[in-house]
Amino acid sequence: MAFVAPLIVYLLLFYAYPLYRNVELSLHDYTPRAFVQGDPEFVGFDNFADVISSSAFGLALRNTAVFTLVSITVQYAIGLALAVFFRNNFRLSGVLRAMFLVPWLLPLIVSASTWSWMMNSENGIINSVLGAFGIGQINWLTSPEWALASVTIANIWLGIPFNLVILYSGLQNIPDDLYEAAALDGANAWQQFWRVTFPLLRPVSAVTLLLGLIYTLKVVDVIWVMTTGGPGNASTTLSIWSYREAFGTGQPEFSPAAAIGNLLIVIALVFGFVYLYLRRREDRA
Amino acid sequence: MTRRRTWWKTALGVFFTALMLFPVYWMFNVSLTKTGDMRADPPHWFPWDPTFEGYANVFDQQLANLGTSLVIGLGCVLLTLVISAPAGYALAKLLPRGGGGIAFLLLVAQMIPSVVMAMGFYAIYVRLGWLNTVWGLIVADSTIAVPFGVLLFTAFMSGIPQELMHAAKVDGASTWRTFQSVVLPVSRNSVLTVSLFAFLWAWSDFIFASTLNRNGDMIPITLGIYNYIGNNTTQWNSIMATAAVASVPAAILLIVAQRYVAGGVTAGAIKD
Repeated sequence: MAFVAPLIVYLLLFYAYPLYRNVELSLHDYTPRAFVQGDPEFVGFDNFADVISSSAFGLALRNTAVFTLVSITVQYAIGLALAVFFRNNFRLSGVLRAMFLVPWLLPLIVSASTWSWMMNSENGIINSVLGAFGIGQINWLTSPEWALASVTIANIWLGIPFNLVILYSGLQNIPDDLYEAAALDGANAWQQFWRVTFPLLRPVSAVTLLLGLIYTLKVVDVIWVMTTGGPGNASTTLSIWSYREAFGTGQPEFSPAAAIGNLLIVIALVFGFVYLYLRRREDRA
Repeated sequence: MTRRRTWWKTALGVFFTALMLFPVYWMFNVSLTKTGDMRADPPHWFPWDPTFEGYANVFDQQLANLGTSLVIGLGCVLLTLVISAPAGYALAKLLPRGGGGIAFLLLVAQMIPSVVMAMGFYAIYVRLGWLNTVWGLIVADSTIAVPFGVLLFTAFMSGIPQELMHAAKVDGASTWRTFQSVVLPVSRNSVLTVSLFAFLWAWSDFIFASTLNRNGDMIPITLGIYNYIGNNTTQWNSIMATAAVASVPAAILLIVAQRYVAGGVTAGAIKD
């Protein structure tokens, strides 16, 4: 018992207590002064009502959905294609596969600032390459039409390694004789993928996509460094909105920020429980 | 499979890898580009005429921040190991029944958005006077690594044969002594994996640093880069040089401990 006691104390102090404080923040009206003095007014669910009825809510919800779904779908597709490609052991395949981990290991702020400079309107390498093909200047980070797409592109790049590693290890568990049998039946590579690989990989795929979804819902760093959610609210997701209300401006609004944060937890947990359910079912099988 | 076909695949693999790593290459290239050449059109694809001005600025201005990040990273490793290794042992071997509930809580804990945790910690630290402190940041950063650590240790330690611990018990060793001299040495790889990830996550953290340590005297390197971007958007070579230096731990990790990295990713996601 003495071995788990530190963990239990730790979880109570550094998980349960911050979460409790967060719920408390969202149910009171914390002005910066009340924050320090500790005498805020209790307002029930007013903060939640304000947030949901705010004009920014619909857009933030839509941006969150687009950012998350596009990110995980494209990450998954590219990760799976690469995993299948790397499954054929060829010379250097191990080394190259390891190199693919780099984007995942870099601090997010490093990647985000590199992408910012690559996507710079006047001097960015991306516009310069596109210019060579006769495509005019795109204001990746500063125009409302492109901002969300730009942060999504950077986020897809960040997520490829995770998808590749997990799907590759899933591929290792598909027995070789299934492919041999399929080849004997005259299935070509394309048919082998759709008839053998893809169906057998389905449980791993579900786990990868759900975990990707839960991680992507939380993303703050990348978007904040690249666009701070702007211009306007063009690339503001729920996480960014919450971060900005609490820390992004000179005047912190902790109570609405906490309300948005709690809504975010609810969304994350819904998918989290689906993930846990799938995993449990998997363990039984 | 013929030799020529594999050769063709290697070439394609190199091409994909190069495409994927282009942003990393570009970071190095820009870090070596002279300020005057930064806005050249077409851009300089190779640093033929490099400047080390950016790196000189890193040593001038960011050395202290790198030190702070190192301290935070090591502190986070220590705290994570102290909490998670004994807990993993207990969940794996001592309380196989009650452990399920805790493991479930840890999985759920990993799903909580960090912006929410940051707000909670901010509210607590304001009262405690822990804002802008190094230990405050160590504690906050460790919340990313502890659930992962406990789950990884539990998974590995449940595979340790029971006979090994019985033998120690017969020799008269206490539970603590068994843990220390039998379980820990056998789990060396898990200790390494958890330490690596705890360090890397603490080193890379931006959200906790930018919320809990905004006005500190000792700021980590991630915040150093962020402030740099805000202050002088003309000196991109210095910004990219700082970014390159901040990537060094990731590079070392990849070279020294590649198999632990891939193992850690899959362990966190698939196995129990």
